[in-house]
Amino acid sequence: MTDTGIGARVLRKEDRRFLTGGGRYVDDINRPNQTHAVLVRSPHAHATINGINAKAAESAPGVIAVFAGADTAADGLGGLPCGWLINSKDGSPMAEPAHPVLAQGKVRHVGDPVAVVIAETRGQARDAAELVEVDYTELPSVVDTATAANPDQPQVHDEAANNTCYDWEFGDKAGADAGLANAHHVTKLDLVNQRLVPNAIEPRAAIGDYDSGEDRYTLYTTTQNPHVIRLLMCTAVLNLPETKVRVVAPDVGGGFGSKIYHYAEEALVTWASRKVGRPVKWTADRTEAFLSDAQGRDHVTHVELGLDKDGKFTALKISTVANLGAYLSTFGSAIPTYFYAPILAGVYTTPAIYCEVLGVFTHSVAVDAYRGAGRPEACYLLERVVDAAARETGLDPAEIRRRNFIPESAQPYQTPIALVYDGGNYQKNMEDCLAAADAAGFEARKAESAARGMLRGFGLCCYIEFCGAAPSAVAGALGARAGLYEAATVRVNPSGSISVMTGTHGHGQSHETTFAQLVSEQLGVDIGAVEIVHGDTDKIAFGMGTYGSRSLPVGGTAIVKSLDKVIDKGKKIAGHILEASADDIEFKDGQFAVSGTDKALAFGEVAGAAYVPHNYPLEELEPGLEETTYFDPPNFTFPAGCYICEVEIDKDTGVTRIDRFTAVDDFGVLVNPNIVEGQVHGGLVQGIGQALYEGCQYDAESGQLITGSYMDYCMPKASDVPSFAISTNETKSPTNPLGVRGCGEAGAIGAPPAVINAVVDALKDHGVTHIDMPATPEKVWRAIHGGATAMAAE
Amino acid sequence: MTMNVSMTVNGKAVAAEVEPRTLLVQYLREHLGLTGTHVGCDTSQCGACVVHVDGASVKACTMLAAQAEGATVVTIEGLANGDALHPMQEAFRDNHGLQCGFCTPGMVMSAVDIATRHPNPSEQTVREQLEGNICRCTGYHNIVKAVQAGAKAMGG
Ligand code: FES
Ligand code: FES
Repeated sequence: MTDTGIGARVLRKEDRRFLTGGGRYVDDINRPNQTHAVLVRSPHAHATINGINAKAAESAPGVIAVFAGADTAADGLGGLPCGWLINSKDGSPMAEPAHPVLAQGKVRHVGDPVAVVIAETRGQARDAAELVEVDYTELPSVVDTATAANPDQPQVHDEAANNTCYDWEFGDKAGADAGLANAHHVTKLDLVNQRLVPNAIEPRAAIGDYDSGEDRYTLYTTTQNPHVIRLLMCTAVLNLPETKVRVVAPDVGGGFGSKIYHYAEEALVTWASRKVGRPVKWTADRTEAFLSDAQGRDHVTHVELGLDKDGKFTALKISTVANLGAYLSTFGSAIPTYFYAPILAGVYTTPAIYCEVLGVFTHSVAVDAYRGAGRPEACYLLERVVDAAARETGLDPAEIRRRNFIPESAQPYQTPIALVYDGGNYQKNMEDCLAAADAAGFEARKAESAARGMLRGFGLCCYIEFCGAAPSAVAGALGARAGLYEAATVRVNPSGSISVMTGTHGHGQSHETTFAQLVSEQLGVDIGAVEIVHGDTDKIAFGMGTYGSRSLPVGGTAIVKSLDKVIDKGKKIAGHILEASADDIEFKDGQFAVSGTDKALAFGEVAGAAYVPHNYPLEELEPGLEETTYFDPPNFTFPAGCYICEVEIDKDTGVTRIDRFTAVDDFGVLVNPNIVEGQVHGGLVQGIGQALYEGCQYDAESGQLITGSYMDYCMPKASDVPSFAISTNETKSPTNPLGVRGCGEAGAIGAPPAVINAVVDALKDHGVTHIDMPATPEKVWRAIHGGATAMAAE
Repeated sequence: MTMNVSMTVNGKAVAAEVEPRTLLVQYLREHLGLTGTHVGCDTSQCGACVVHVDGASVKACTMLAAQAEGATVVTIEGLANGDALHPMQEAFRDNHGLQCGFCTPGMVMSAVDIATRHPNPSEQTVREQLEGNICRCTGYHNIVKAVQAGAKAMGG
């Protein structure tokens, strides 16, 4: 047997190369004879392009070509597609304006690509890009989410009246209205879930490499889903068959959603590599990343929660305006709708829920999924309004939750808002977390803080989310233009080493280790014998990639099912060799044995025999030992948990310090607890970043991005965040044979409300009932000194 | 216009003709093929590019190659002793102090420097000393543990 199977805290296989400088990221790749591309981007939020004069640029040193929108149009390049159709309340389809790879006559956000300069060196391309003269007529712009749909606002697209992409609804309006009307008490809250910039530390990069001999393109790109990029680029933009394009995603330095989407630069370098007859490389600098990576969140929401006289929730009604940016990104339409509203029941038995979402265009960078994607927005409003209701009704925040939890006995639980939860004891998560956080000792700690002149607050959040996108039938019924299964091939090589080809992609998630542990568990081999192959459309059958904590629940299951098939085939081979029926062969401890006898073959012997079919009954038994599975999950998985944050606030400076942070998560079965803990830590800090530090801001007048670098956009540093006390409960998910639920996003979903509930709790004696994220020292200080009303109006 | 620069990188004498505006990080990555040193920002804040110049940690994006004339430079590629990882590299691996690996070379180079200056650093010291290094993946929890463990293993 092996000690590298499921549950083992094995060290990561990928670490050695990353620790010795041996990682291979896209910008580390150089192709022979390559050229360098630099984009000319719009300096205006909204402008008409009257003309482009590239003469000076074209004759600058080292310049090979300059292409603008007219060139891509002349070659018939299509626009970047949106993968999800949303219908409005009245049944009409969403407005879906063109999203060209280079601007066609108009620019719609600062950073919108206008032209691409290709030169011998990056420096020369950059110098020449400065020489491209674009004649703009500036137009008024709109960036504000709440007012974008007002009729007097500048219009982003002619085909989207009042900047409205869709006016969508979900749930039971009549039921929610009745529940609120009959409620003993209604708690109302207005919240902003601010725009964030994902900020993977590796900037995006792409190399297009056309091989005229093979008449075939290779695109090296920083993506979370190479097959999806190939599909979208081939079918929507370049009009090529998949056979002509190979997409390679080598090591990728973090994604958090921002590297899911098909971006203009990918199509541009691929197309241009044929135009100039040489490879074309583009690497974003950080400024460009701020101006072109899809951003996250950006909701303005009004929520009402009805309660009966016992504090039981009677109804929940939500109205959200969601900013989609200037163009629809790949999943931009789906995130504030189907990845948001269906989880609004949270962990509670609220009987009637209604949510309406107005999706609006503005002159800003496109918004799409960012770690959690829709679920953090839902969790934030729900856990904030529950706390507000507790305050207003005089109930303890833990007690109001106790009165409303979905009991474990009601699982699987049909929520009133489409989803069926797949098990979990939500109250236990909270009680365990309260104990681990020493909630009982809070008042003493608060008194001790007060003695030092400091304010202390206690914040609770009970989150649930859905992972493992997606049952394709469900997604399709809701407007998805793709299926969301995952593919995996397990190839047992003649010497017994094992290659696993997965359609998911690891960019920090440790797939090379976790997936190898699945093989180790099932085949009884050490993880050293297993190679995980990902990130290359030429090597892997197909795949939908990595996002939404789907890799293990969906991609891992595809691997496990392929392993089952390998074992079945192995039994046939062993049966043939041992002259027994395959039905009498059992596979245990890495051996194929004839039941009840001592006749057995080691796994490696069967692997070898699979490729030496000297006397096979070829009618019944094919040579080879390789199996592929496409797994489409029957349901989502539903991780849930409880986070408790304790903050200390300096009244004089408004600085909030997180003193303690405790987490209890139920992720189902853990394959490698080290890796799961790392995912939780990372998610929590992104959530804390949203709560206290981060916020993407555009100037209301000019539409200029104000937070366009690490000087202005506050990334959490080591000294800004605490160490964490985390533990897990385990409810096996019935949705997949592994019993796993997914752990990648939980922290980013649950942390923001826990932190802000703690901040509001700390400030409650100063009359503060609400503060919007990020709770910066200035905002907190003003809340203390200016009172709550001043803050709410801001 | 180009100019000649020469220095010692990971124990080897190197020299090249470069444009005067060439940054040290560009020189390492593009001329020497030492792509372990990364670029994560353009405002000298992320720390993905940290190397050692004459024994001290330096952000290689803030320095021209020409300014390193005659210097002794160590990059992440020069830290291990053959197959044996440096104790700080080992500590990052043991403590799962890296995920996507992109900030890692800069983190490790900074950590070695921190450990040299603070042989037995407290959690607070490590957090403050990592001011110049951003990681988006790990939440720092395991990086802090790794730096403390690595400092200890280095003889603190
Ligand atoms: S590249 Fe970010 S600090 Fe040097
Ligand atoms: S490990 Fe990915 S940025 Fe630090």
